[in-house]
Amino acid sequence: MKVVLENLTKRFPGRSKKDADVIAVNNFNFEIPDGQLIGLLGPSGCGKSTTLNLISGLETPTAGRIMFGEEDVTSLPPEERGVGLVFQNYALYPHLTVEQNIIFPLQNLKGDKKMTKEAMHDKAVEVAKLVQIDHLLERKPKELSGGQQQRVAIARALAKIPRVLLLDEPLSNLDARLRLQTREELRRIQRDTGVTTIFVTHDQEEAMSISDLIVVMKDGVLQQIGKPQEVYDEPVNLFVAQFLGTPQINVFDGAVRNGKVWIGDEAVLDVSGKPDRPVWVAIRPEGFIPDENGAFTCSLDRVEVMGRDVTVVSTHPKSTGRNIRSIVSAEYRINQGAATVRFNLKPAKVHLFDKESEERV
Amino acid sequence: MKQNNLKAWLYLLPAILFLGVFMVYPLVDVCIYAVEENYASIARTYTGIGFGNFRDVLSDKLFIQAPKNTFILVVITVPLSTGLSLLIALGLSSIKTLKKAFQTIYFLPYVTNTLAVGLVFMILFDKTEYTKGLVNLLLHTDIDFIDGEYWMKMMVTCLYTVWIVMPFKILILTSALASVNQEYYKAAKVDGATNSRIFWKITLPMISPTMFYLVITGFIGAFKAYSDEVALFGTNLNAAGMNTIVGYVYDMLYSDTGGHYGNAAAAALILFAIVFTITYINLKFSRNKVQYM
Repeated sequence: MKVVLENLTKRFPGRSKKDADVIAVNNFNFEIPDGQLIGLLGPSGCGKSTTLNLISGLETPTAGRIMFGEEDVTSLPPEERGVGLVFQNYALYPHLTVEQNIIFPLQNLKGDKKMTKEAMHDKAVEVAKLVQIDHLLERKPKELSGGQQQRVAIARALAKIPRVLLLDEPLSNLDARLRLQTREELRRIQRDTGVTTIFVTHDQEEAMSISDLIVVMKDGVLQQIGKPQEVYDEPVNLFVAQFLGTPQINVFDGAVRNGKVWIGDEAVLDVSGKPDRPVWVAIRPEGFIPDENGAFTCSLDRVEVMGRDVTVVSTHPKSTGRNIRSIVSAEYRINQGAATVRFNLKPAKVHLFDKESEERV
Repeated sequence: MKQNNLKAWLYLLPAILFLGVFMVYPLVDVCIYAVEENYASIARTYTGIGFGNFRDVLSDKLFIQAPKNTFILVVITVPLSTGLSLLIALGLSSIKTLKKAFQTIYFLPYVTNTLAVGLVFMILFDKTEYTKGLVNLLLHTDIDFIDGEYWMKMMVTCLYTVWIVMPFKILILTSALASVNQEYYKAAKVDGATNSRIFWKITLPMISPTMFYLVITGFIGAFKAYSDEVALFGTNLNAAGMNTIVGYVYDMLYSDTGGHYGNAAAAALILFAIVFTITYINLKFSRNKVQYM
């Protein structure tokens, strides 16, 4: 099911008359193609959960429209939208068994959709098999591990064959190892069912690794939407560039003069055809090539050996961060005793942003 | 180690003394009184050890009336007050405006003196030479609620009891309802559950430990009924035919014909046996119904 958000806005009244309204979601426009896995990404408080609640119908928008396919669902209550929602802490009913939890949505069906007990049981077994918990149907939620509980929550959301599956921070309650496994699972389940899935996360790695498309938000405003690699390679503004990627992108106070990028008194890169102006120079950690005669000189702090590659930690007076982290292949031999280290830069890994608007130049 | 043990006992001594004097000794003493036949309190003599006191009590016409009244009271007021409290608590938790005001109103009976409430009920129900009582005036009836038919008196007693026990239950239930994770409701809403289904399938199971606690304490409280009846019908409950088991115990000890320590002790133990049995049945019955998270 294609999901379209048109001028979607959600405004929460301020706590008192004096306080300004909080605009959690500000004039959103985007289209989610059918059958894709979408990661809604942003720092906490950016309105991503509110967006999810608007799509599920738990919140009503202040303005704008939500379309599922050709149907306008803006004024429909949640139960009539046919969405499956997985909560951050799963919200499994603790007094019901796994099977009872899964068939709960089915028991609510009315009219000609009503199912017999046998049909419900079969359906429960079917979705339980899909998420690989079919051996746990008789258990209570508290007898399950965190990962198993999450699978139950997904099974419950899938049982009624939702038009859209929504997941709120689905992996945040799992430990690191389980998180990796579960995100693969999520991807597999989404592929197997083909249901349009939107999940919310503040973890950029999580979003990048499994999403077909990522939507980056900040302060209720949509920043960028695109394929993970595209957004990473072509960030539209400084915020997106800084939010995506670990280690974080290195940002320098620089300028464009005479077709060259200047950091301090070094011209580090050719950019012919761009007008002169002060800019933020953002360089991905993998954008550095150590070179004894390199154009860019930094003070060497230390070298962290990771085996496959090496992280060079250095400093520069124009850097906005405390350290500059550059990841280089272990083939380069860095003299750890040297006071400085020189780099050449990969043009594709260097992004320039306007000093004022922080938009990409 | 020995040193520590001594110290530990020393620390415990005040509590042990206190509990021993005011709890253990009286309990033991009640059991002793109950089996000493024909105990004379002034001479401190008795004629034998046995179940004579229990026989006396169980064959006493006045005693037969007391458990009957108590049972009727329990059976009517416990479910009624718990159910009504739940309804009011649900109402309170779903309104937004004037919530605090309503909470205060519903909590007022709790802080009101029993006898003052009794006085109010007198005004509502009592027929005097000057007035038929407010309820009779409103209903255009002429019923003697206080000195009339048994069931009329029982109805007033039940109303009184329900009214006086409700505030505490409302308070407890309101907080129990507030402690249910809102996400369960959101999840149920997204899954298309109707309000009644949400209530029966989610709310009620989630607050079942609290409900169970209220039913148990409600039973025990109702079995111990006495002061409410005094507030309504005066101290001579036997004459009104509204005596309760605790009232009977009191009469055996302190009424004009009092001083029957053995009979009082036996009646108290019978009450204990009844409360114990009911609580035990409750526990057994609810084991499968109550959800402890």
